[in-house]
Amino acid sequence: MLPPSLNLALATPEIFLLGMTCVVMLVDLYSPVVKREGRLFFLSIVTLALVALSIYNIATPLAAPRQAFNGMFIVDGMAMLLKLAIVIAVAVVIIYSRAYLSARKLFSGEFIMLVLFATLGMMIMVSANHFISLYLGLELLALSSYAMVALNRDSAISSEAAMKYFILGALASGLLLYGMSMIYGATGSLQVSKIALIISGSRGVDPLILFGLVFVVGGLAFKLGVAPFHMWVPDVYQGAPTAMTLFIGSAPKLAAFGFIMRILADALAGAVSDWQGMLVILAMLSMALGNIIAIAQTNLKRMLAYSTISHMGFLLLGILAGTKNGYASSMFYIITYVLMTAGSFGMIMLLSRAGFEADNIDDFKGLNQRSPLYALMMLFIIFSMAGIPPFLGFWAKLAVLEGALNAGYTWLVVFAVLMSVIGAFYYLRIIRVMYFDAPTETTPIVASADMRGVLAINAFALLLLGIFPGTLMTACLNAIQASF
Amino acid sequence: MNSSSYTLSLTIWVPIAAGILTLLLNGEQQKSAARWAALIGSVLGLLASIPLWTGFDNATAAMQFREIAPWITRFNINYALGVDGLSMLFIILNSFTTVLVVIAGWEVIKEKISQYFAAFLIMSGLINGVFAATDAILFYLFFEAMLIPMFLIIGIWGGPRRVYAAVKFFLYTLLGSLLMLAAFIYLYNVTNGSFNILDYHKVPLSLDVQKLLFVAFFASFAVKVPMWPVHTWLPDAHVEAPTGGSVVLAAITLKIGAYGFLRFILPITPDASHALSGFVITLSLIAVVYIGLVALAQTDMKKLVAYSSISHMGFVTLGFFIFNSQGMEGGLVQMVSHGFISAAMFLCIGVLYDRVHSREISAYGGVVNTMPKFAFFAVFFAMANSGLPATSGFVGEFMVILGAIKVNFWFAFSAAITLILGAAYTLWMVKRVIFGDIANDHVRELTDINSREMLFLGVLAVAVLAMGLYPKPFTDVMHVSVDTLLKHVAVGKLN
Repeated sequence: MLPPSLNLALATPEIFLLGMTCVVMLVDLYSPVVKREGRLFFLSIVTLALVALSIYNIATPLAAPRQAFNGMFIVDGMAMLLKLAIVIAVAVVIIYSRAYLSARKLFSGEFIMLVLFATLGMMIMVSANHFISLYLGLELLALSSYAMVALNRDSAISSEAAMKYFILGALASGLLLYGMSMIYGATGSLQVSKIALIISGSRGVDPLILFGLVFVVGGLAFKLGVAPFHMWVPDVYQGAPTAMTLFIGSAPKLAAFGFIMRILADALAGAVSDWQGMLVILAMLSMALGNIIAIAQTNLKRMLAYSTISHMGFLLLGILAGTKNGYASSMFYIITYVLMTAGSFGMIMLLSRAGFEADNIDDFKGLNQRSPLYALMMLFIIFSMAGIPPFLGFWAKLAVLEGALNAGYTWLVVFAVLMSVIGAFYYLRIIRVMYFDAPTETTPIVASADMRGVLAINAFALLLLGIFPGTLMTACLNAIQASF
Repeated sequence: MNSSSYTLSLTIWVPIAAGILTLLLNGEQQKSAARWAALIGSVLGLLASIPLWTGFDNATAAMQFREIAPWITRFNINYALGVDGLSMLFIILNSFTTVLVVIAGWEVIKEKISQYFAAFLIMSGLINGVFAATDAILFYLFFEAMLIPMFLIIGIWGGPRRVYAAVKFFLYTLLGSLLMLAAFIYLYNVTNGSFNILDYHKVPLSLDVQKLLFVAFFASFAVKVPMWPVHTWLPDAHVEAPTGGSVVLAAITLKIGAYGFLRFILPITPDASHALSGFVITLSLIAVVYIGLVALAQTDMKKLVAYSSISHMGFVTLGFFIFNSQGMEGGLVQMVSHGFISAAMFLCIGVLYDRVHSREISAYGGVVNTMPKFAFFAVFFAMANSGLPATSGFVGEFMVILGAIKVNFWFAFSAAITLILGAAYTLWMVKRVIFGDIANDHVRELTDINSREMLFLGVLAVAVLAMGLYPKPFTDVMHVSVDTLLKHVAVGKLN
């Protein structure tokens, strides 16, 4: 008999995903070459759909947090909402990437397997309640991502990106582990809820914990890609095949958010005034650096990398507020961000074809004349990123700014606002080339129906959710309130 | 509420829906369908705004035609609409201008017709939303969203330096408005979670806080008006925009800036407004006099009218910050009147530009010989622009000067100089363009205005004349609202 504290049922989605990943590997092995791609694609989408279904099943009704595996694993509102978002994001990534990868002969069993393992890692990250399981999830994701970036073996730039990613990622993991060991030394526990209890029970924060905290924040900043730990982001974004960039830029950010919340907002909640100051610096540097350097970019992927850095700075605004409202705002921000990123890289892949990457800003020249609909969709995505209403990105910015202002950081909000004007400048460049310039490319844009459909839904969702953002906002707030 | 309680929603969403429909008619065969859809949409939009005029109650300063529905409960944001005497006229003015713009672009625009008309219709709906919103975030949403179609209009259909002008326009306005957003979030916290603009009017604030908020709002609206020295985007945007874009910019979007003063700055920060009124008046007078001189030196007709707009808007802000009812009503009348006159001036220039493709004054001369009907309208509107009595241009300026003289003779004196300057630069331009001998072959081959052009110029001429001869209906609408606002400002928020 299984001990009751194991509570296996709560981990059904993860267990199912692991099983299906093995099935995918077998199918890959035993399928004839001509049928392989279609089968893998179909199987992975079905798997993710079933995983999503089972997450939804566990999450309703939204109950108090439940633990499994003797407290290693936790199921709460935040975990469920993030997992759902992760699974959907991954499915979208696979749909967007199929044509791109298959044109480059990269759509293989390895790709699907790595994506699914990474997904498993992300799901564990957001559901972990113990430093060990947190770390395991993180590494499962990270190792899969390194391999994905390097999947295009013949490309020197991809290999370079993978190398950078791996070395800096390993360094970050080291920092994180070192910090965690300090916290373990001070509290004698690795379990998130126990650490939280011990810290909040003591008077004043143990200097050893603060010492560990510095390393933990440094490691998290590396993983999230916020300045001054952002060095790997532009190179990896530009160097990796666009499909991999899309993957790295989307779902893992959701997982990283959950990860940060578990460590900072949950385990180290008692040291909130200590990490708040660190996050303020990280946020300011990211917003300034990301937005200013993005202006000088001509490569769209690299520009989006810097834009990501600034977005992560905005994300921190909500977290550093240290309130449930702030956390909910950040969660809303990260989901919005993933939706926008998926759309933007999806558009790049839509315009690309075999031998043509479409990753320069100039490749978007005259898009409005080539296809008004795609230009309009890109316009939605870009204005949303710039935070112009009525698009969803505006509400995300509004929410985190409100969080930071409510916590008393008025000057930080003014700073953020000024930075977003700088941000608008380079976002406008994309709109400019799409609408104001004549096309240099006249090749018709071809894409499969499923990709066009999902991309259109993605782009129009930014407008529709922008007009009715209430549901998503409330869902985030409920999830956070049920978790903390 | 009565059955007409969806009036404001209709004025916002009818043009937007028509715009989306027009956008869909983007095929090569559907050009005339797109034109007709745009015209019908804009006329429906104008019809939708008529009940505002007929059903308006002049006796109250409270919001009328109110609509409220919860929108984003997480932040207590409501879809709240309402108009009072300060905003109602501008919704009608905007809907009216949209019809003119559609007619004016009928044959002239040859590329991407459906997008052109769609952009104007959507913008028209958004602008109506700006004037109708009584929720700060809803206001902000319309205020910002409006930039997108305008940006595209300038950038796609504009002149040679359109890209520069479009980006400058966008960034200038965005900088100001984001500071305003920060102010809104601050007020949201102060009022314990309300984005209702009317709550902001009531909340007590210390003078220091008021000054900071004043600066944030001022950054937003001064750019929009535009006031000297943040006016530099306007000549660029005006010159590069297509005729329709210039018309909407001058007739409507500048008014949004001035409206912001009345709806936000004066009522939310009354004491700071008093404390800083000298500053605003100084900037206004610099705009009136210095920009008037700048206008005199222009060789480009559109630039000249653009500078004249800045100068005239200086009157408006001057009128607001002398804190008496003549000044404020004069400012409002000037806003409406300038909406008609500047629209007409830009349309006149557009008529010439469509034929000769030059905006340089020196490219013309003796136009009256080949275009007598056009010359009649051009001279008439030029007179109105320089403030000739019996035209609407006179009423507003005269009221502001009357109001100013009560406060300080020199304010009135400096403001009155513009009557001379305005006449000088406008009439001098008219002399060089319209009169004299035929200057070149282009002018010799000009054809007079057709019935389409006659239509929009004629309608505007009637409006200018009507408002100049009998302004009472307009001032009646705004009177009670202005008085209430002035009382509120006089009381202040400190005690």
